[in-house]
This record gives sequence, C-alpha cells and structure tokens, in this order.
Amino acid sequence: MNNKNHLAITAQTLTKVYHRGSEQIFAVNGVSLSIEEGRFVSFVGPSGSGKTTLINILGCLDNPTSGKLEVAGRKIFDQGKTLSEAELTRIRRELFGYIFQKFYLIPTLTVLENVVLPFTFYKKPGASEDIDKVLKLMGIDHRKNHLPGQISGGEMQRVAIARALVNKPRILLADEPTGNLDVKRSEEIGEILKELNQKEGLTVVLVTHNPNLARMAHRVIELRDGKILLS
Amino acid sequence: MINIFQVATKNLLRKKTRSALTIFGIALAAWVLASLFGFNKGYESSLNKDIDNLGFQMLVTAKGCPYEAATLMLKGGTGLRYMKQEIADQVSKEPEVEKVTPMLMQAVFDPNKGENGGITAYLGVDPATFPKMKGSLKFKQGGWFIGLNANEAVMGYEAAELEQREVEDLLLIPEKNVEIKVVGILARTGTQDDGTIFLPLNTVQRIFGIKDELTGIGIKVKKDADINKFEERLYNLPDVQVVSLTQVKNTIMTLVSTAKVMVFSIALIAILIAMMGVVNTILMSIMERRQELGILKAIGAMGKDIFKLIWLESLILCLAGGIVGTALALATAKLTEFLIRKLLPYAPSGSLVKIDYPLVLFTLGLVSLIGLVSGIYPSWKAGKVRPLESIRSEVE
Repeated sequence: MNNKNHLAITAQTLTKVYHRGSEQIFAVNGVSLSIEEGRFVSFVGPSGSGKTTLINILGCLDNPTSGKLEVAGRKIFDQGKTLSEAELTRIRRELFGYIFQKFYLIPTLTVLENVVLPFTFYKKPGASEDIDKVLKLMGIDHRKNHLPGQISGGEMQRVAIARALVNKPRILLADEPTGNLDVKRSEEIGEILKELNQKEGLTVVLVTHNPNLARMAHRVIELRDGKILLS
Repeated sequence: MINIFQVATKNLLRKKTRSALTIFGIALAAWVLASLFGFNKGYESSLNKDIDNLGFQMLVTAKGCPYEAATLMLKGGTGLRYMKQEIADQVSKEPEVEKVTPMLMQAVFDPNKGENGGITAYLGVDPATFPKMKGSLKFKQGGWFIGLNANEAVMGYEAAELEQREVEDLLLIPEKNVEIKVVGILARTGTQDDGTIFLPLNTVQRIFGIKDELTGIGIKVKKDADINKFEERLYNLPDVQVVSLTQVKNTIMTLVSTAKVMVFSIALIAILIAMMGVVNTILMSIMERRQELGILKAIGAMGKDIFKLIWLESLILCLAGGIVGTALALATAKLTEFLIRKLLPYAPSGSLVKIDYPLVLFTLGLVSLIGLVSGIYPSWKAGKVRPLESIRSEVE
C-alpha cells in the first residue's frame, strides 16, 4: 500500500471566497500544496483560519472559487470548471473516507449496521469483506449489536471511522475528529489514525485544534487567514 | 449487511408517533376506499340476486310512476293501480315469452301489527304458474296451495315469525274478517318474499272484491329473446307499463348514485388529506435528517439512491396504512352495511359490502400509487441535497 511517490492531492492557488453583503471573505486564499500518498498531514490554526474549508475542498465536498485541484491524478477543478455532482460522488466513494467532529451515526441502526451502511449504496471492488476485522481493529467488536445511544462518544467516533474504512478509501479526511472527546479518548483516536497510516498505508488528512494530535502527523501545516503560514 | 428497505423502515421507526399518525391517516383513506368499492360491488350483485330471485325478468304493471312499479316489484308496495286480467293472456301469446304469471297485490292496515299497527301485504298468485316460476323458493313447512279458490296461504319466513303461525294455523285478514288456513311456510330467502303472504289469485280477487284485475304480470322471457324489442311491443298494450330487469336496476342504481357521489367525494378528500400527511411527514423527516443525508452522500450514496430511500419510506407508510385500512374495512364490513341500510332508501337483501381478494389487492395497489405519487417531491428534494451544505446545516 505504500505509494509514497505518487501524489494523492495536488492543489494550486486554491481560493474560496464567501460574500457577506458587499464584503468578500477569503476563507482560503491562494493555497498551493501537495500531499503524497501514504502521508499523514495535519492542518492546524485558529478558528476561522480556513482549515475546514480547505479540507472540504481537498475532499471534493466543496468547490473552490478558483485554482486547480487534482486528486489521485484526476482533475477535479480547473479554473472554474468542475465535475458534475454525480461524478464528484463517484470520486468521493472511490477515494475518500470522511470523519467529522459529530459522528453522524444513524440512531436506529446498530453499530454493525452503521458500519456497513455504505454498502447499501455502493460496494467498491476490494472493499472489506471481513467486517469483524474492521470492528476489532477499532476495538468496537463487542459493541456491534448496540445502538449508538448505548455507547460512549469515543466508541461512536470509532464506529464513524470504521464506517469510513469499509470501502477501503485511499485518503481518510478527518475534520476535528476529537472535538467532542476528552483527552484520553482523543489520544486513542489519534493512535488509531496513526496506525491506519503506518500499517495500512492510508493517506490521512487531519484538521485539529489539538497540538498533541497534530504532532502525530508527518507534516503539520499551519493556516492563518486562509493562507499557509508554516509547513 | 443492511439493505435499503431496512434502512427506510428503521428511519420511520425513529418518530414512531408521527409515522403511526401518518399511517392512521392513510388507513382511514384506505378504509373508506375499500368500503366504498366493496359497497359498489356488493350492492350491485345483491340487487342482481334479488332480481334473479324474482323468477321473472320483466314485470308488466298498470301505467303509473315507474318508481312505484320498481318498488312494487322489489318491495311490495301500496298505492296500487290495476289492469285487466286478459292482458296476461295476450302477453303469453307473444313469441318471446316462456312463461307468465299474473299477480294481484293487496294491502290492509292491521291494527295488531307491532306497537302502532302496520300494513300487511297479500300477494295473490296463480298456483299453476307462480310456484314453477319461483323454483328457488324452498319450504320450511308444508307446501304450495293447490286449489284455485282455496282460503289458504303460504307465508314468508319472517311473516310467519311475526304472526307466530305454523302450518294448519288460521290467519285473519283484518278489515275483511276472513280466516285463511296456513298451508306452507317458506324457508328464509333473504329477499322480500320473507315478509310476503301468498294467497291464490282468485282468493285475493274474491276477498278484496276485485274482479278480473291484476296489479302485475311477471314474465319469464326465452333465453335468446330480444328483450328490448319485446319491451317496445308490450307498450302497444293499453295502459300498461313495462318494468324490465335493466330498468329496475338502473332506477335503483340512480337512487343510490347520489349517495355514492357523496361517499366518493369524501374518499377523494380523505385521499388528498392522507397524501398531504405523507408529504408533510416525509418533508419533516428529511429536514430533520438533512445532515445525515449529506453524510449518506459523502459515504457513497448517489442522488438517485437517496431518492429511492425516501421514496421507499413514503411507500412503506402508505402500504402499512393500506394494510391497516383494508383490514379495518374487512372487520367493519357488517357495521358499514348496517349504516348503509339505515341511510339508503332501498337496499337489496343480500350482502351490501363485498370486500374480496381482488378488491383488497386493488385498494393496496391504489394506496401504493398514492404513496409513490406523494413521495416524488420529498424524494426529489432529498436527492438533490449537496453533501457539504447538508452537513453544515444545523437543523436537528
């Protein structure tokens, strides 16, 4: 799985502008970066620095206002031209796994059902057949028949990670995955991400406020006012 | 693994009360629909059965109001008009005729009937032709009278119960003070015959002082006869009118059509309300689950997958409502029948509400169609949500 020479994501002068009345807000302001496959990259910065906007653009969940974006060699955005929503969905389900601060589990589905939910809509060739293995890897195998309301926040986030992993993504995007968790649970989630990167060769892109978590990455990118401050 | 049907069902189970209320709304619409279609079917078939049990397909009466004639034919009414007996002989000579039977209906007020008295009807029939034409009649006791002038009576099942008479008992005709002997009691037919007292035609004519006159002539037509042409020719006879099976049916169906239109309108309104209920429930549900729908898109669901999921939810609601509604309609068919009998001016004697297997399937099909139609807009709206906008939305 180690394809460290290939570029997972390439971005050139990405800009995202929001309009508030007549005022223009540059959430992302001319960001250029490359993320190689198999790397663990974290984005840090104060609130409003554009971390989440940037990761959403890199993860094909949002379109930039201008710039160029390529993911796994495919052109996603090039100076105003973008793919259709259906094509973007195809790219997302082929390449990405997403984890959010809120876990977004379906409360009436069990842990196991939440984890295999992506298969209801799409099962990638080579997707995990051994779901028990994924559950074990996340340490939630003993909770598989529980409903989300019956497990802890840390466990819920593990379920969300397991759900993101079943279709064997090439890039895992994690937006503040520990924002709702205490220190201990945050460290556990950090370890899981690190392990997925090191053992499975998964490209991990993390947005966090947590400096300890950020330090687990190969590369830490600090954003301020939509621009890269330090890399 | 979990399939889309399970996901949809579990989504609906999240808000149990809301889903249950929506299902209840659909169930009410399905109940009205199934009962209405059941009534449509049952009423007509019972009416046909009643007409078949008459034993004749045409009735010639003295000229008068056709509704009166229809009532006379099916209910045995009063307000009688007469025609000459020789008309029966004339009619019997027509080539289309297989059999004719002359009849004379008379009614008297019986002060001892019920609490405030009531009308008792006597039907004078020809012992030679009537029993043959009414081959479907069975006896509980005794048999038909034989003598053409005998003071004998055959009582319908309910008439005998009401008067508490058995074979060999005597029956007094009020006003006329004539006693007649009961020679037969009919088994229950479920038709107007149950309440009728049959006497030989000549006896009725003698007791009531009516000479050579009739109130009706029952005609059984040959199988291959052209009833319409025959009916036209019968109108050449003086001062008669012809009531054919089709006419009677049409007349009665016209009477009930107003009631049907009203019930159809209610059913239509019930369907519309139910549809709005489904649209509202599903729209509320997708608004509350906006973030989740965004996540589903992020984990690989295409717009059409979301459309399918939400559409399935509408369908499940409607099908569940349809099943509950048709079950209710089946369970309350007798009650519906009772209410209809109370409301309608005339109802045939058989089962009025017939809810059978094809009707159940038809109702379920129709309700499913309602579900599919109601689900289109919410499903389309859900299908086109953009993942990031949905995830960012804070509607919970």
